[in-house]
Amino acid sequence: MNKIVAVIGGGVAGLETSIQLEKLGYKVNLYEKDSELGGHAGKWDRLFPNRRHATEVIDSLTSRIKDKVQINLVATVNQIKRENGSFLVEANGKSQKADAIVLTTGFELFPASKKEEYGYGIFDNVITSAELEKMFADHGKPQSTTGKTPEKIAIIHCVGSRDEKVNRPYCSKVCCVTAVKQAIEIKEAIPTAEVYCFYMDLRMFGPGYEDLYKEAQVKGVNFIRGRLSETSEMEGSRVLIKAEDTLSSKPLKMTVDMVVLMVGMSPLPSTEKILKDLELSPNNDGFVQVKDYHLEPTHTKAEGVFVAGACTGPNNITDSVNAAHSAALEVHKYLTSK
Amino acid sequence: MKFEGKRKIWSDYQKEIADDKFYYVRSCIRQNIWPGSENTYLRVMRDVLGKDVYESEHHTTCTGIGYHTEVVPLDTLQTVVARNFSLMKDSGYENYNPSCVTSFGIYTEIFDTWHHFPEEKEKARKFLKEATGREFEIPKNLAHTSDVIYKFRNEIAAKAKYKFINKHTGKPLKVVDHIGCHYAKMFPAKGIGGAEYPYVLAGLVEAWGGEVIDYPERRHCCGFGFRQYLVKANRGYSIAASKKKFESMEPFKPDFIITNCPGCNYFLDRWQYALAEMDGKTYGGEGYGIPVLTYEEAAGLVCGIDPWEMGMQMHQVSVEPLLDKIGVEYDKSKKFKGKNGEDLGKPELPNNLKFCE
Amino acid sequence: MVNFGYTPLPTHIHDMDKASLTLADSISFEDASFNLCIACGSCTATCTAGSFTNFSFRQMCHQIKRGESKQAIAESEKCMLCGKCTLACPRNVNTRNIIRLVRKANQTI
Repeated sequence: MNKIVAVIGGGVAGLETSIQLEKLGYKVNLYEKDSELGGHAGKWDRLFPNRRHATEVIDSLTSRIKDKVQINLVATVNQIKRENGSFLVEANGKSQKADAIVLTTGFELFPASKKEEYGYGIFDNVITSAELEKMFADHGKPQSTTGKTPEKIAIIHCVGSRDEKVNRPYCSKVCCVTAVKQAIEIKEAIPTAEVYCFYMDLRMFGPGYEDLYKEAQVKGVNFIRGRLSETSEMEGSRVLIKAEDTLSSKPLKMTVDMVVLMVGMSPLPSTEKILKDLELSPNNDGFVQVKDYHLEPTHTKAEGVFVAGACTGPNNITDSVNAAHSAALEVHKYLTSK
Repeated sequence: MKFEGKRKIWSDYQKEIADDKFYYVRSCIRQNIWPGSENTYLRVMRDVLGKDVYESEHHTTCTGIGYHTEVVPLDTLQTVVARNFSLMKDSGYENYNPSCVTSFGIYTEIFDTWHHFPEEKEKARKFLKEATGREFEIPKNLAHTSDVIYKFRNEIAAKAKYKFINKHTGKPLKVVDHIGCHYAKMFPAKGIGGAEYPYVLAGLVEAWGGEVIDYPERRHCCGFGFRQYLVKANRGYSIAASKKKFESMEPFKPDFIITNCPGCNYFLDRWQYALAEMDGKTYGGEGYGIPVLTYEEAAGLVCGIDPWEMGMQMHQVSVEPLLDKIGVEYDKSKKFKGKNGEDLGKPELPNNLKFCE
Repeated sequence: MVNFGYTPLPTHIHDMDKASLTLADSISFEDASFNLCIACGSCTATCTAGSFTNFSFRQMCHQIKRGESKQAIAESEKCMLCGKCTLACPRNVNTRNIIRLVRKANQTI
């Protein structure tokens, strides 16, 4: 068998799809726009719900494709053309043939500066969940801009999720459990710290997630039901935050040393161009539209084009791995019947 | 604070402002409470910048105050606005230039309404025709007068006699910029710098040497709130809103407040007096309070126009401490003299708020 | 001072910078189940006292967490310690014990 499959995107879904297709005997061309494989998970410190190091998962995935598939790094796919029943994939000026395509382009973190009133990019100690992960990776604990250890930290849920004002009306699924995980990690790194989570609903949908929430409660993390309305910078680069404490129907304010924004998952803008080439359209939320949400979740409407991972909508690692398996099998069925 | 972050937002929210030939419309209340400011706008525009600004004596209220207090219905509001537009049509001017922030808000709201509900525009056309026989056209450009001063801020700076710099310390004066709610909160894209980090006044302060203070309650209403003030039973709410702002800005020790809205000017100034007399508390200026300037007065001061000619003796909070910091020359003895030297009489002195006689 | 016929309204915002959380801390120290409330309201729904008065165990816990100790202590007096809420709580909050701790705090304050 010498059929070729192009996998576009080298995050969890792309890596797992490549592993499975290679095992099924296909030649895989994996395209990754960054200089490293692993996607967003590769930049994360630890994973929910069991807080294993993200590198364990990513290293396991990358070690299994090493020397077995063609890895194209810093390779942005500029164009995909159909030609004689197959595809021509162009990246960095070089075109390669493919018999099937799997889109695993993933997502981008919601650009937090779009929520102007939260002051991200303006106030020193307003950071994102991704930046907090980096702090954990680099220093083992959060640090304010002055290098001081923050004693009072607010975690803000649903930043760029469930928010029509920034055109992100959907739930990003994983931010609630990420918030709880990070709150516990802050408590462990700085036992005297006060941590406040501002949530609207806590959507603990996966196995072990509710336990994690309960663990956070036991460790003294405070949960306040209400969405952040605005932040202001106080003296010493502290941040004043306001929300409604909806359980007592009263506005609430507090000054904290650091605000962590749980940025949601947004459609990756560069995926749009690929969809256009393939004559596909995004779904209502801007992610890749799958053929049948219930029955064919890794098919697209275009022949020979399959999809897996968070480019179809907010996803966790388990979902991405499952979708990758499914997509690989569907590619196999497609290519063997062709 | 990362200023580049703010600059990014400021550059995202810019709008088109006409360069010349303005059809100027006054505010209902400013001439009573801040009588020199609108005149100062005309002086700066005509004499300093050499612009063509036209006024019609037939112009009326936009009914914004009545609309926001729910005594004027939308149909009436639209018809009155349509009449004001028809006056502009008669004059041959196309760049509508209101001096009131609430009027500006009314016009932006009406444009948006007419965009989404064209039948409303047709209704206004019909009502105007029936009531007055007049016809109107939509202005080519709509800009608030503070937008226009913003546009020409660097030209004014180039001709400036004074700067917002403390002449004793050499440091920039610290300025609170307060933006009227109706300027951009309803339609952020219509305000320079948007609604969250408005730049329209901050840009003036920067261009003229001062430093803008970012304090926690910068977005909060001045306390006017229309109905909340107009009904006496609600005034405790109105003054509480102003108090919240003063308490929030006090630790930053502002040298003055600059605002672009008639109501804000009034309430931030007069409520300082009321709070001093109720609570015995003043929020700065060693008992004199924090001076409140309109953007026109600020421009006038920078251009070297005499403060008494601009009517600054009408402020409740004395402006003299600020004038002394900037180094503006003024004649103390002329504070309560009219234009022709006649005696205007002196106001009764407050008990708690210090006042320069 | 001049009487204008009105005065600034008092603010009704929860100012967490000024709230004293001593009671919350001491209860949570003595009985960690206090932290586990998810504000579902089962306790209040089943409450005998709550059917006839405005007593809400959920609200009382919330008051404690916002530093409104006085109100919470007054609320705790309405409880009859029947234990129905302990039966209903899905999170196993030891509700009777929380009431006991609030009342005990009242005696020591």
